[in-house]
Amino acid sequence: MTQTPLLIVLLLTLSSLAYHFGRKRAFAVSAGHTRTLHSLPAYYGLYAALWAVIPALLVLGLWLACEDTVITRLVVGSLPPEIASLAPSRLNLVLNDIRNLVVGNIVSSEPDALIVAAADRYRELRGVSTVALFAVTLGLATIGGWLAYGRIRPEHRSRNAVERIVMGILIACSTIAILTTVGIVLSVLFESIRFFQAVPVTEFLFGLDWSPQIAIRADQAGSSGAFGAVPLFAGTMLITLIAMSVAVPIGLMSAIYLAEYASSRVRATAKPLLEVLAGIPTVVYGFFAALTVAPFIRNSGGLFGLDIASESALAAGLVMGVMIIPFVSSLSDDVINAVPQSLRDGAYGMGATQSETIRRVIFPAALPGIVGAVLLAVSRAIGETMIVVMAAGLAAKLTANPFEAVTTVTVQIVTLLVGDQEFDSPKTLAAFALGLVLFFVTLALNVLALYIVRKYREQYE
Amino acid sequence: MSEPAQTERDSFARVEAGMKRRRAAERRFRFFGKCAVGLGLGFLVILFASIVGNGYSAFWQTRITLDVTIDEAIVDPAGTRDPALLRAADYGALIKQSLREMFPDVSGRRNRFALYGLVSNGANFDLRDRVLADPSLIGSKVALSVAADDDVDMLMKGHIDRGAPEADRRVKDNQLAWIDALEADGRIRSAFNLDFFSNGDSRDPELAGIRGALMGSIFTLFVTLGLSFPLAVAAAVYLEEFAPKNRWTDLIEVNINNLAAVPSIVFGLLGLAVFINFFTLPRSAPIVGGLVLTLMTLPTIIIASRAALKSVPPSIREGALGVGASPMQAVMYHVLPLALPGMLTGTIIGMAQALGETAPLLMIGMVAFIADVPAGVFDPSTALPVQIYLWADSPERAYVEKTSAAIIVLLLFLAAMNALAVLLRRRFERRW
Repeated sequence: MTQTPLLIVLLLTLSSLAYHFGRKRAFAVSAGHTRTLHSLPAYYGLYAALWAVIPALLVLGLWLACEDTVITRLVVGSLPPEIASLAPSRLNLVLNDIRNLVVGNIVSSEPDALIVAAADRYRELRGVSTVALFAVTLGLATIGGWLAYGRIRPEHRSRNAVERIVMGILIACSTIAILTTVGIVLSVLFESIRFFQAVPVTEFLFGLDWSPQIAIRADQAGSSGAFGAVPLFAGTMLITLIAMSVAVPIGLMSAIYLAEYASSRVRATAKPLLEVLAGIPTVVYGFFAALTVAPFIRNSGGLFGLDIASESALAAGLVMGVMIIPFVSSLSDDVINAVPQSLRDGAYGMGATQSETIRRVIFPAALPGIVGAVLLAVSRAIGETMIVVMAAGLAAKLTANPFEAVTTVTVQIVTLLVGDQEFDSPKTLAAFALGLVLFFVTLALNVLALYIVRKYREQYE
Repeated sequence: MSEPAQTERDSFARVEAGMKRRRAAERRFRFFGKCAVGLGLGFLVILFASIVGNGYSAFWQTRITLDVTIDEAIVDPAGTRDPALLRAADYGALIKQSLREMFPDVSGRRNRFALYGLVSNGANFDLRDRVLADPSLIGSKVALSVAADDDVDMLMKGHIDRGAPEADRRVKDNQLAWIDALEADGRIRSAFNLDFFSNGDSRDPELAGIRGALMGSIFTLFVTLGLSFPLAVAAAVYLEEFAPKNRWTDLIEVNINNLAAVPSIVFGLLGLAVFINFFTLPRSAPIVGGLVLTLMTLPTIIIASRAALKSVPPSIREGALGVGASPMQAVMYHVLPLALPGMLTGTIIGMAQALGETAPLLMIGMVAFIADVPAGVFDPSTALPVQIYLWADSPERAYVEKTSAAIIVLLLFLAAMNALAVLLRRRFERRW
């Protein structure tokens, strides 16, 4: 809708008018003695303004969300029965033609009279809808503002009313987090269920063969897609394992060094610099992995007579490990710093050296927190997308050899969903099933990690 | 009496004997720690060095100066100077003609084709714009500086090895000779690459620029900022100041913490299923990207905003309540203004995260090849990180430096945002 901004501006104007007159009326009803008012005069204005704008905005939002659907229904209803009763996919093509005609785009074929008539009807309905929307929202704003205006008396509890409305808005905003989670679960689950109607769950979770291409003709090779996701899970785990074997030692040792050994000056420069690694966009790491690291590994492997794939799991895992270093180090740093000084002092008093104290006292005391940090890092590595999309392969191979190319869950989601897609083929729906697995695995890891970290924190508090 | 002294001496000796080993272990451990920090910082240096080393040259561009005779017979045969006709004229023919004049002894279709390949396809448009701006040039001879083809550009920047066998080289021997002749003539020079900042994407590397992607990113961030900041502040204020301790608010808190750790690609799936398929918003549009990134950055900003609210001392609230403010007034007029700098800092960091995010944008179709610069939030567009991804996938050698240069621009933006956040924190941080 092109006139929406205009409408919003009009509504806001009405609302500020309501504020102005509401406030004026507060002065008027108190006959100049504002002390007789229950609330400050501005609250009376706000009360009128909110009543003017909020119902109208709600109607506007609802209208915009439903407008297209309703108009389409009406247009379909007005089509002759032989078109209206077409299969949904064919009907969609017709509707697209109509919409394109309305917008003035080029249509796929010479439009026949029927389509042109439908487009005219569509345009006409949209015009009616726009006029009606203006009338309804502006009318609602006027009525709301006017009613609120009428209620203004010295004893009217405007501040409480305004605060109730504001509180309602605050509560609504805070539920968005829940709505997002529900949205994620529903959208992923919904498409996954459709996928599992075509492919059994057991085949998806335990099948060893992944080749989601479905041939156009039945007699082509690989004419039926295979959706066994085990190679993807294995590839994800392989790359995660490589990443962790880079990130955990380096991250942990640098956390220990910075927390226990480094002077405050070294710490003040090295810690933020390490954290820069976490702020670099993952697409940059992906480019770095594909352009610099992968050829380097391939060439240095060549020196030792090793045959390393140019999209080896090693390159992607290595770079992903670098990305995760600051994640492990800053979380472990927090945990190490939370170990009480008395434990250190006790160990030193027994004659232990600093490294012995760290290894035998601080590390065990901090272990649960460190495990939590590592679990969070693992969940991060599993969900990481761009590095593997750019540096890991596409072929689903079941192997534990880090020099070969493997593919991961996130790579497959991207390859299945980028480009043209139809929403009823198992190939597209498989991406949502993979997304479902990804969501629940990372969720489980996070819940577990947070539980461990919280449990541990309580010990020393 | 001698026995305890004896054991004491024994244990000292035992401790002393082990000290060397223990001190060595201590040094080793400390050395490993230093190595770990050094490795981490080393990776950072290598990463930056590789990006900057590959990318800085993209800010310069090889340009060739041509003497073009603007032949009236070709540009404006009717002599009407009608802009519509001038716009449609065959400027390519003029460019080719000027190249032929410069190397009159080139014959044969293939050789001529190689000759024409020295200058960019964009040369036609440069000439057209020049003529449209000043039609009086028609009939005269002008010196026109045009972008060289990307292969020539790569050669001049030393990325193509002149010594390689001709069959393996993208610039052939005859082209090399022409380039040397042009250079000897002073017609080849290197200039600041304005095209890189003023053009949209292109299939010709020498014409490809980041303007379209940058505008796409800016529109997307605009939507994200406009939605996520008010929503996050409202949610944080409610949860931190007003929410009763009950199941429902616990659920909200757990949810926010978990959403902060959900992989970004899952948000892309959400955007695809909800915003595009259900609400039928346009694909590839910054509005959808902004919505998805809003949901993604909300947890970050909410968490930061709550920390900012928490750091405002209770005495402020109590003082306000004590002089008769309602709880809502105490928060709105006293606590919130004091917490706002902290909230803004968190928001900027969230925006920086959103600016660098790629995966969810791939899901909602912002990866299409789009040459136009978007003009609004409903126009199809890409974003800067997605442009990096697209260029990184392109086979031409010239895109390597373009990609690196786009990364440099992206990193500069991120650095600026983070510097702003630090500045804001320094400026407004209060110790109570």
